[in-house]
Amino acid sequence: MNEQALAASTRPSRLSRWWARADIRLTALVFVLVGLCAVGYATRPDAFLTEGNISTVLRLAAAIGVVSVGMTFVISAGGIDLSVGSMVALCSVWMTTWATQSYGAFAMVGCALLVGTGCGLVNGLLVAYGRVVPFIATLAMMASARGLAERISGRQTQVVDVPAFGAVFQADLLGVPVLIWIFAAVFAGGWTLLNRTTFGRRTLAVGGNAEAARLAGIDVRRHLALVYALAGFCCAIAAIMVVARTTSGASTNGLYYELDAIAAVVIGGTLLAGGRGSMTGTVLGVLIFTTLSNVFTLNNLETDVQNIVKGAIIVLAVLLQARTRRRGTALR
Amino acid sequence: MSATPRRGFLFGTGALGATALLTGCLANDPPQQQRPAAVAAGGDGAAPGAPVTIGFSAPAADHGWMAAMTTNARAQAEALPDVTFRPTEGSSDVNQQVAQVETLINEQVDVLVILPADGKALTDVARRATRAGIPVVNVDRVFDSADAYRVWIGGDNHGMGVNAAEHIAAELRRRGVTDPVVAEIAGTDSLPLTQERSAGFRDGLARHGIRVSRRVAADFTAESGERQATNLLQAAARLDAVWNHDDDQGIGVLAAVQAAGRDDFFLVGGAGSRNMMDRIKAGDGVVQATVLYNPSMCSSAISLARLLGQARGMGDLAEHEIPRAITTYSAVVTRQNVDQYLDVGFAS
Repeated sequence: MNEQALAASTRPSRLSRWWARADIRLTALVFVLVGLCAVGYATRPDAFLTEGNISTVLRLAAAIGVVSVGMTFVISAGGIDLSVGSMVALCSVWMTTWATQSYGAFAMVGCALLVGTGCGLVNGLLVAYGRVVPFIATLAMMASARGLAERISGRQTQVVDVPAFGAVFQADLLGVPVLIWIFAAVFAGGWTLLNRTTFGRRTLAVGGNAEAARLAGIDVRRHLALVYALAGFCCAIAAIMVVARTTSGASTNGLYYELDAIAAVVIGGTLLAGGRGSMTGTVLGVLIFTTLSNVFTLNNLETDVQNIVKGAIIVLAVLLQARTRRRGTALR
Repeated sequence: MSATPRRGFLFGTGALGATALLTGCLANDPPQQQRPAAVAAGGDGAAPGAPVTIGFSAPAADHGWMAAMTTNARAQAEALPDVTFRPTEGSSDVNQQVAQVETLINEQVDVLVILPADGKALTDVARRATRAGIPVVNVDRVFDSADAYRVWIGGDNHGMGVNAAEHIAAELRRRGVTDPVVAEIAGTDSLPLTQERSAGFRDGLARHGIRVSRRVAADFTAESGERQATNLLQAAARLDAVWNHDDDQGIGVLAAVQAAGRDDFFLVGGAGSRNMMDRIKAGDGVVQATVLYNPSMCSSAISLARLLGQARGMGDLAEHEIPRAITTYSAVVTRQNVDQYLDVGFAS
């Protein structure tokens, strides 16, 4: 906020204002992404930069991207959500049970959104009003939501038999898959909510210093509950995407999403301690990981090497983050 | 004023929520679910004998194939009037499973059927059971030491790969494809069973001078299958044949194939789910065959345990005792013979 006020008072040109706000971390992430793309293009010039492949990468990034948008809010508010993968599984299974499917696509989507938001709200209430540590509260949800998903599905993959559902979520709109539109909309919504609204400012305030936020008149508990509910809502949207892509709901959906989302959020420059969040960074993080896996498969490389590189990227990004943070404090 | 529409909206969403919750809670019975495998025929083995209590321990049924193993064991035991079935709650934690087997030993069941989460880790407790005079039927993942079990029954991972390769090679020859592009979508790469399947596939194809051009590894889940297949299809502009190790992840693989609109290749599955068999029978998609690694082996394990408990041999064999090891055969299910295998197709 200080930077903005300063910029407004001196009124420099639009470009230099943008430059002043441009984050060195985001720039670094863009470089990493561009570098990966360069490697992809250099090794497979015939396949990498095609419309089909770009669409593939974005569609693969969509579900985990949406989960990560929700995770950015939770981590910015100083919390953590380990239950996102399980919530995706539960939503996907619940929306594809035969009973739910028989009411049609609208019931499926409605059911997923309700179940996801509900689970998120339970997390939020436990953390905010039950004063349970976020790590523990969401760990409990991680176990029980997955268990419930297994119970409901009987551990069987439930194939979707509702043509209207596929017609909407597997379709293209203006030549771009609907899933990518949803991803873009969730990102735009998340960015605006975090950077341009009271809700976003309160989230960062709560994450930065909850006590100060409370003294400043923010209902910290209610706000935390809402933040976790929002994360659950994002998981529900992701579950709908996963079901659309795999044409099925399974209790094994969303495995390790919590780790992927936390990795994306952290390399995106959101502080694990809370108080600072970067939505753009998060989405860049998701795109980097998805592109990495795409480039590896295009070149027929082993998955274990891919995991090593993924680990290296996380370490590099966090080291970079530590450097910039130190410099940031020195400047202040 | 403004409160009214908002309240209406809240009430509306609440009602929708309640309906969705209710519908979700109510019956969830897929039309084709849980078909118990048939009791094995075979000489006088089917004739009722002395009552036998069979203790059963398996890992958590966390996906279709593993769930079918437990379901099949239960169904088989229920179909046998002289068997009392004593299952334990499945857990993926090895320590938990050791404790469960110990409980079954203390209860002095007549025979133990153990599908270990990890064969090595459960060898010791199985050996203790054997020493306590309880014969152990080891299913699929083999124990480390032969003195830990009386009989082993399991699948043939290497043979599964070989049979998949043989079928693919024959089909490519039939289609007259020269210089074929063959891809493999493996399961979890860290598991020995995946490595054996892949080695069998490589060896089988090598006999025909074909090599695996592209390989990706998924995690036995529909979601991972979809993700890996999507990238794979993007990477290979031309494909002639694909072997997918597991029919559970196959649901995702097929979703990816459909999304990409590809039909330039044929796909061979693995394990033998009902879903894949139905597609093979319909014969209108890329799915042409599946190589069995069928959970019916767990039904057979219960039959073997019963005969062991009654000190009987297998009716159709000349041996007086149950053999030491039985390896199931990974038959290739195609459109020609699918009817004959539909009864073992498991709901994935």
